[in-house]
Amino acid sequence: MSDVADRVRKIVVEHLGVEEDKVVDGASFIDDLGADSLDTVELVMAFEEEFGIEIPDDAAETIQSFGDATKFITAAS
Amino acid sequence: MFDLTGKNALITGASGGIGGEIAKTLHAAGATVGLSGTRVEPLEALAAELGERAHVLPCNLSDGEAVDALPKQAADAMGSVDILVNNAGITRDQIFMRMKDDEWDDVINVNLTSTMRLCRGVMRGMMKARWGRIVNVSSIVGATGNPGQANYAASKAGMVGMSKSIAYEVASRGITVNCVAPGFIATAMTDKLTDEQKDKINVQIPAGRMGTPEEIAAATLYLASEQAGYVTGATLHVNGGMAML
Repeated sequence: MSDVADRVRKIVVEHLGVEEDKVVDGASFIDDLGADSLDTVELVMAFEEEFGIEIPDDAAETIQSFGDATKFITAAS
Repeated sequence: MFDLTGKNALITGASGGIGGEIAKTLHAAGATVGLSGTRVEPLEALAAELGERAHVLPCNLSDGEAVDALPKQAADAMGSVDILVNNAGITRDQIFMRMKDDEWDDVINVNLTSTMRLCRGVMRGMMKARWGRIVNVSSIVGATGNPGQANYAASKAGMVGMSKSIAYEVASRGITVNCVAPGFIATAMTDKLTDEQKDKINVQIPAGRMGTPEEIAAATLYLASEQAGYVTGATLHVNGGMAML
């Protein structure tokens, strides 16, 4: 789990250019981390690549926060 | 001036007069080209003429699943799709009062829906690459209308609105989406017209002649180039002044 969280956090920090300590479980990509809707699509693409998983569109739409992402990826990988 | 070396371009309708010329022009500028179309023979002939850096990718654009599969086939063959030219189009002309649902649906499906599917299919790769060029071949008729072509005009105007919307969404990622809108272009299709018919058309064109496929290809090359990176959501009208928009 912590490994997944670290890797997801790294992607979010790199992609959105935010401070690492802002990337907490409840942090919403759009409301708290300044992402636009296209950024969220790109984050999902980056997660798919990093973890070698497929995230279908309907699942991708439920991934709104850092916590959502780690939870989904932990379950999927 | 325009160098496409290292870029991979997918061109639909490459078996036709305008599409074939677009493929030749992008290829001559250094691009690797994926030639798509329904008829395999002319595609093979064009690929043989171009030699290296040419791939034949047959696709029936009225088959949604085949269209969805095309971007991946093109990326597998060429390594990526950096440039997409949606040139393929059909007509099913009919006076509007007699227009059948299938005449409407066929034209919208092939001209507009397949363009949407291909744009969607190449977007992921372009987003990752932070670079992409989409050129959708619309028509003067999409802006002016034309009797007997309510379906065709709707499909071509639809391409313009769709292109502008996509252009908005992806502009910040280095991807441009534009249209080229040809007027009357001399192709095998217009060769069938009588001299009298041609004269009637030419009178309406300030330039006094039909355009050439090369002139459409040149506009496409520009929009596909690095130099056109600040041009997006635009429609480049190439019509000899027939409609000054």
